[in-house]
Amino acid sequence: MLIIFQYYLERDAVDIHEYQAKEILSGYGVKIAEGGMAYSPEEAVQRSREIGGNVWAVKAQIHSGARGKAGGIKICKTDREVEAAAEELLGKKLVTHQTGPAGKVCSRLYIEAGTDIAKELYFCFLVDRSSERIVMVGSAQGGMEIEELAETNPEAITKIYIEPAVGLQDYQAREMAFALGMDAAMLSHGVKTIKGCYRALRDLDANMVEINPLVITGSGELVALDAKMGFDDNALFRQPKVAELRDKTQEDAREMAAADRGLSYVGLDGDIGCMINGAGLAMATMDMIKLAGGEPANFLDVGGGASAERTEKAFRLVLADENVKAMLVNIFAGINRCDWIAEGVVEAVKKIDMKIPLIVRLSGTNVEEGRRIIAESGLPIITAETLAEAAEKAVQARNEAVAKAG
Amino acid sequence: MAILIDENTRIIVQGFTGKIGTFHAQDMINYGSNVVGGITPGKGGQTHLGLPVFNTVKESVRKAGAEASIIFVPPAYAADSIMEAADAGIKYCVAITDGIPTQDMMKVKNFLRRFPEEERMVLTGPNCAGTISPGRAMLGIMPGHIYMKGNVGIVGRSGTLGYEAADQMKRLGIGVSTSVGIGGDPINGSSHRDILEKFEEDPETKVVVMIGEIGGPQEVEAGIFAKENMSKPVVAYIAGLTAPEGRRMGHAGAIISSAGESAAEKVAILKDLGVTICPTPSSMGETVAAVLAKL
Repeated sequence: MLIIFQYYLERDAVDIHEYQAKEILSGYGVKIAEGGMAYSPEEAVQRSREIGGNVWAVKAQIHSGARGKAGGIKICKTDREVEAAAEELLGKKLVTHQTGPAGKVCSRLYIEAGTDIAKELYFCFLVDRSSERIVMVGSAQGGMEIEELAETNPEAITKIYIEPAVGLQDYQAREMAFALGMDAAMLSHGVKTIKGCYRALRDLDANMVEINPLVITGSGELVALDAKMGFDDNALFRQPKVAELRDKTQEDAREMAAADRGLSYVGLDGDIGCMINGAGLAMATMDMIKLAGGEPANFLDVGGGASAERTEKAFRLVLADENVKAMLVNIFAGINRCDWIAEGVVEAVKKIDMKIPLIVRLSGTNVEEGRRIIAESGLPIITAETLAEAAEKAVQARNEAVAKAG
Repeated sequence: MAILIDENTRIIVQGFTGKIGTFHAQDMINYGSNVVGGITPGKGGQTHLGLPVFNTVKESVRKAGAEASIIFVPPAYAADSIMEAADAGIKYCVAITDGIPTQDMMKVKNFLRRFPEEERMVLTGPNCAGTISPGRAMLGIMPGHIYMKGNVGIVGRSGTLGYEAADQMKRLGIGVSTSVGIGGDPINGSSHRDILEKFEEDPETKVVVMIGEIGGPQEVEAGIFAKENMSKPVVAYIAGLTAPEGRRMGHAGAIISSAGESAAEKVAILKDLGVTICPTPSSMGETVAAVLAKL
């Protein structure tokens, strides 16, 4: 039996920047180092002068962890170094294992006073799907990604589950503080920090609060050196302040545009475009394309009520990806009717003047009528009856299109 | 027999007089479900679709003997509606609503656990297509006509992929005892395992099809349950072979965020546990047929 790690860092949730997370947590009693925002090298120097001292961290603000490894955090000892670091980082594309190969562009910097680190700890709260509770996770061995730690040294991790009816209790916070190696002198501050993180998560509908590392300084203080928060997008309707913190430049432009139109889209590296109703069927159709020897260009769930207007928007979205060589539409009409879908598809193809091969598979309510509309449209639409046939025809059409283009 | 619902189950609709509630209530009535009324606070005493409207779920239990409910209430109020149903003594509740906050669902699950097991309401969903016992009753939003009555149980996260399975089976002359959608959210009322347990107890169900996807521990937990506690064969398909790590694929819960959550890993674990795997999503019907032939 494989060991299943129970860490669910919801990295695709609504994320905010480090400086925003720190601002929130600081309001809940978590101690942070003095810092400020900069959008230019001049501002960066200005901030470091305001902060004072003789060591500063210049930190790229992108929606990703592991920024240090990607060169997104620079420790500087002079104005010149701060300026040079800012010049290098602003506008730079940083690639981490969390951003994927496309990376994320840095357009904001956080300048922070250097912290005298005696010890690095790992600490987070997150949603545990197995127990359906918030779990508090900590380790006295900080500075590593939790996945890494779970793999190499699982005994070094302490997990404490929070009872939803009563929330986090003081004894649980104390248990964690001791597990993190805090001594009696630090205990009350440790408990305050832990409880502050919990209240922030609870009050703001966060899925995750991660402080990695949480640092014990040379003078025995507890400081959040990095901070990450991810929020439940289902709860944004009651968290207007969180919605305002969203930095859309850090999110995929096409995925954002899709979401604004009520479509669920995820861009991928393949070249067969997809439009499907239902998330499960969409994933299954992509699987089928892969098994037939192709690669899907995207995930796209058009949802239940796919009107003609929505269908056209979905088509434009899929075709905006220049890699797409063929497009597959797979609709299992439940509440929908195949004839309505067929009319929408025919209209969209005519309006957009589609140049690449289109494969359509319809199933469910009013399927005969839907197929008739496609057949009588006079458009060169390839039709398929089953899921397997649809995927095979899509891969074949893609291969022919690629061969023709030479 | 079937599980959870049959032609006698007395059903109420929460969010009855809204546009979506009205549309699907009518559809369920047309299918033959025993809908006895609905709830819209403030509209109690009125008649809608020829049926009584009640102010509270308790009132519908008292006056109309309601046993099961279906929820079409918007996300902000859905958790409250689920808890109202549980407190009123409803036995089975389907939450169709998509977009309920995770912390609300944690509260709901915790609330349900307060009841002794024999009095505890069974919840499926949210963010699901509902439950159907073909030829008997439909408590959901699915196209009823694609399901044939029979002896294969279906449990799945996805609506349309569940339709696909039922359709493939119908083409091969295979029918369904009950099909249960457990929904695509990270925290849901019943898990795959919970529903497998019910199918195991149902004399009519001979084989169970489990339609899972990437993300979360539920498919593996169900596989372990099947190996340890089930006499009936389980067939599974796991969607999301091509899904990249850390990206959410439509469903709030469909995201690979730790080891063991990808489709390939789940398939390997389930195989080890003795579950029959459908190699492709288009072979769900054939795989079930082959398993049935061996019984």
